[in-house]
Amino acid sequence: MLKITNLQKTFNAGTINEKKALTGVELVINPGDFITVIGGNGAGKSTLLNLIAGVYLPDAGSIILDGIDVTKQPEYKRAAMLGRVFQDPMLGTAGNMGIEENLAMAYRRGKTRGLGWGILNEERKYYKEQLAMLDLGLENRLTSKVRLLSGGQRQALTLLMATLKKPKLLLLDEHTAALDPKTAAKVLQITEQIVNENNLTTLMITHNMKDAIRLGNRLIMMHEGKIVYDISGEEKKSLHVSDLLQKFETVTSGEFANDRMLLS
Amino acid sequence: MLGGILAAMPGAVAQGLLWGVMALGVYVTFKVLDYADLTVDSSICTGGAVSAVLILKGMNPLLTLVFSILAGMATGAITGFLHTKLKIPPILSGILTQLGLYSVNMRIMGKSNLSLNSNKLSQPTVISLGNVNQSILISVVFVAAVIGVLYWFFGTELGSAVRATGNNSHMVRALGVNTNSMIILGLILSNGLVGLAGGLLAQFQGYADINMGRGAIVIGLASVIIGEVIFGVRFNFAYQLGSIVCGAIIYYIIIAVVLQCGLQTTDLKLFSAVIVALALSLPLFKNKMLKHKKAVVAEKE
Repeated sequence: MLKITNLQKTFNAGTINEKKALTGVELVINPGDFITVIGGNGAGKSTLLNLIAGVYLPDAGSIILDGIDVTKQPEYKRAAMLGRVFQDPMLGTAGNMGIEENLAMAYRRGKTRGLGWGILNEERKYYKEQLAMLDLGLENRLTSKVRLLSGGQRQALTLLMATLKKPKLLLLDEHTAALDPKTAAKVLQITEQIVNENNLTTLMITHNMKDAIRLGNRLIMMHEGKIVYDISGEEKKSLHVSDLLQKFETVTSGEFANDRMLLS
Repeated sequence: MLGGILAAMPGAVAQGLLWGVMALGVYVTFKVLDYADLTVDSSICTGGAVSAVLILKGMNPLLTLVFSILAGMATGAITGFLHTKLKIPPILSGILTQLGLYSVNMRIMGKSNLSLNSNKLSQPTVISLGNVNQSILISVVFVAAVIGVLYWFFGTELGSAVRATGNNSHMVRALGVNTNSMIILGLILSNGLVGLAGGLLAQFQGYADINMGRGAIVIGLASVIIGEVIFGVRFNFAYQLGSIVCGAIIYYIIIAVVLQCGLQTTDLKLFSAVIVALALSLPLFKNKMLKHKKAVVAEKE
């Protein structure tokens, strides 16, 4: 499904602000995998997702997505295969446009856009059904401007937009981190529902260890730009937060007390 | 003086309609694309110059407007190229094209002012100062057509993508759209309209002049803002586009009034700049007033 080989990325190379974000990531994602990604700040989690999505290009290494080498492909081209939800609820939707307009654009992801109408009448019914499944009452507000929605509603809408046209890979970059706990739980529940129903291959970054353990079939831990821990199947199911903390302690040799606090 | 003002009204309305076409172009970049494009100060002259030269060469005046549009579109494409491919900041890209176009416009016209003396023309121009009432009617048709085309375009898949690019380019790329192409497309569309306005304006006033576009961006912004402030952002997209043209007409009526009140034409640039500065700062004052009101209410309670 996705094969990443020796992926490297350094920001501000050669300056005082040089930051080695990824130092050789190797990762193979199998079809149907739901992988949760954890790691301290600066471990390279978001960079990994952004490189897969094409926001930046890597310094070295390769990314093969569904048999296609996308390492140097521009972001908008590989978007045809990817669904994305960002940490910032404002980033995933166009606030000045209506709910249905946002959905219609998402529905055309990967398609060449022409001079046909932006939304067709028969689509509206489909959008209504899909919105109803979110159980947020958005199905009756098709023409409302998205900027009127709450952060949680926008994130749920972005999630729907990312999966309206089934992606080969769904990338979730701490998409509940900016929400209050109750809303975060709701969005996470919607995430689970959508991923399971469509059997989507998913890569989800989270700061919440409990979520990382509870969700998905596989868990990876990143540290200093590398994947240091990769666990799946039965082994993952029996995992406890304390195991992860211990693992984290081992890889960081106990130096990063702050990171430990962030993770727990 | 009142008589003078009334007599100046038809001319002001006609001018407002023509500059309204340009204001619609400015709206496409400034509001839809969120791109302050300064190309317009020169591309309007390019449109006027092309139309004037072709008319003097004997081409049908209506047909020359097609070339005005194409010339305007080309200038927008250049600004788009500078910004998206060469990564030059938006304002600077526009300024560079604007500056370069001065020389191009001079080359097109051959001198700084080309007169379209109606007595020497084989065919009458589409609109002219000689028949203001008829010009108003024809301008209304042009404005309606432009609004119709914009309304249609921004409802299409491509138009939606352009709108979304101005709103949230991050999202648009994630949905598989090349945002650079959308920016270039928006600039082409915008300057095409500005070119058309230039062509119409040259025919209306009977000459094309190298300085005819100086300060055009400010007039465009003034129209957009006046339209929004007076008519509000409500109803549908066509209403908003119409309110911009009305904004341009109101702007020219104000200008006509202050001219009758004794202001020199050379004072107008300062006057326009002050109006736009005030209009642009309006939201700030509005917020402060609201806060003040709330504070007063809270104190009373």
